[in-house]
Amino acid sequence: MTGNGAIELIAVSKYYGSTIAVKSIDLKIPAGAYCCLIGPSGCGKTTTLRMIAGHEAISEGDLLIGQRNVTELPPVKRGTSMMFQNYALFPHMSCAENVAFGLRMQGVSPVERAERATEMLARVHMDMFADRKPDQLSGGQQQRIALARALITQPEVLLLDEPLSALDPFLRARMRDELRRLQQDLGITFVHVTHAQDEALALSDMVVVMEDGVIRQKGTPEEIFNRPKSRFIANFMGGQNIFKGKVARADATTTIVERGPDQFVLPVHGDAKTGEDLEFTIRTDLIGLADDIPAGAAQSQIPVEITTVEYLGLWVRIVATTVDGKDITLMKTESEFRRAPVRRKEKFIAYWEPEHAHVLA
Amino acid sequence: MSAPNSKRGSYFLITPMALIFAIFLVVPLLTIVVVSFWDYDEYRILPDFIFENYSYLLGSSVTWQIYLNTFKYAALTWAFTLGIGFTVAYFLAFYVRSLTWQIILFMVCTIPFWTSNIIRMISWIPFLGRNGLLNQALMGTGIIHEPLEFLLFSDFAVVLADVHLYTLFMVVPIFNSMMRIDRSLIEAARDNGASGWATLRHIIVPLSKPGIAIGSIFVITVVMGDFITVRLMSGGQSASVGLQISNEIGMLQYPAAAASAVVLLITVLLIVTALLRLVDIRKEL
Repeated sequence: MTGNGAIELIAVSKYYGSTIAVKSIDLKIPAGAYCCLIGPSGCGKTTTLRMIAGHEAISEGDLLIGQRNVTELPPVKRGTSMMFQNYALFPHMSCAENVAFGLRMQGVSPVERAERATEMLARVHMDMFADRKPDQLSGGQQQRIALARALITQPEVLLLDEPLSALDPFLRARMRDELRRLQQDLGITFVHVTHAQDEALALSDMVVVMEDGVIRQKGTPEEIFNRPKSRFIANFMGGQNIFKGKVARADATTTIVERGPDQFVLPVHGDAKTGEDLEFTIRTDLIGLADDIPAGAAQSQIPVEITTVEYLGLWVRIVATTVDGKDITLMKTESEFRRAPVRRKEKFIAYWEPEHAHVLA
Repeated sequence: MSAPNSKRGSYFLITPMALIFAIFLVVPLLTIVVVSFWDYDEYRILPDFIFENYSYLLGSSVTWQIYLNTFKYAALTWAFTLGIGFTVAYFLAFYVRSLTWQIILFMVCTIPFWTSNIIRMISWIPFLGRNGLLNQALMGTGIIHEPLEFLLFSDFAVVLADVHLYTLFMVVPIFNSMMRIDRSLIEAARDNGASGWATLRHIIVPLSKPGIAIGSIFVITVVMGDFITVRLMSGGQSASVGLQISNEIGMLQYPAAAASAVVLLITVLLIVTALLRLVDIRKEL
């Protein structure tokens, strides 16, 4: 069963009249992968998902699922199944009937239908709710039914349109675990559209960041988070401070970047030329605060004044302002913070190791 | 606000509606029920408490025939208005994508209602008559050689006029129900492998049921009580319960008319109750 769920989009575009929703994207999702499409609203992620599902015609390009060109095929012939954002459960049918609907359409006998529906309901821990109507269920329960309905036809690819966005934070985390576990058990490809960074990072084997109808970056969660390709991705995925400056000096071991009165030390960067603009990022948790640093140390050092201290439980978020008025965000674990507490209006030197700097393309 | 105060406030707020119901519904209805037990002769109605009006009405075979005829009109009109109304509503709700066009086409549906019922009915007469447009056209093209007699002053004409008059009563509530169907349900059905017909049968029809029930109540109650269409379009050759009541009023037999009206009211209420048992329309209100 596995192996047929590989998805390949080849120069796929979607036009609505003269507006372009998706611009000639290429994407390969290996079989059995958990892939998250992420981006701000209107970036084309949902349109892309709906084109894979067959609910949106592909204006140009080809879609291959399991090496089969399915561009023109209806959903049921693609081996895909979709879970809708609002779950789209049939309100006039019981949960068991909802789940069995796909089998009913295939002409499976009522007895077998009921058996397989019960089995699937048990799989999502909803067997005791078989006779309930969807409006008698909570959001999380409705979602399980939607999941069971999508899986009953044994698809090679499950498409999920913002499946967790309607749930409260506690339930969201639980369903996230369950989705991941289910995907690993079934071994089928999951394509999941979301606008939540934590969801994408937690679930994916592969994250695809979209903006304005194109793919900006794809890779493992670690790659996307630690080595964003652009300012947009760094901003969108969060957890990074972005600095922009001019290359003052570049030699065999280091690149020095200047911004106003501040100087930053970066690891050597191949194409850096003196006088060029350069953007780089530092993760918010990799910046330290010190009263004083011995002169000549290798770190980047900037004098800052603390402007905000936000207690977040496990973390403390600190915003510090540089001499020329730019903000830097720092995240400290609570225990780190308690060892070295800081207060508003206090002055420090912010520093980081050069190798933690990531230069944006 | 304290509880007793708010209770008094609620009573105060419902008073206007209660008064309107009392004056325009309860009082006239009670009057009819009371009069139905009165006696009458050629000139007068006489306050009394007799059951003769009812026993005469229910004992007469004419009554049963008239009811049968009225049911026939109601059933045929219901079947045709449902078929046409569902199709039109389906087209408007699911094939017309833009709201602007939906509104325009909906307005087009209501254009016939800008003229009165009577005019709309009478306009059929020159079209369907023995020497009417339709017969002349059919004979002109050689399809028939004798004019078709059943077109006018017949059951056909009555049902045709009823369908023409009341289809919109079916379209509106069904369209309303259909517009409430979440479009993602249709996609979900398609995703589960349902064909267009299967989606219609398993999703759209069941979810349009409240609208169908409301439309059916409109059409059936109106046709059950109708007398003017039957009188005009059957040319006086058929009768309906409404027509019978109208005739009795014409002959100043008010207590008899009242008894007929009460029986008709009970019949229609039974039909409505049956329909409401079949379909839960509460969601729609």
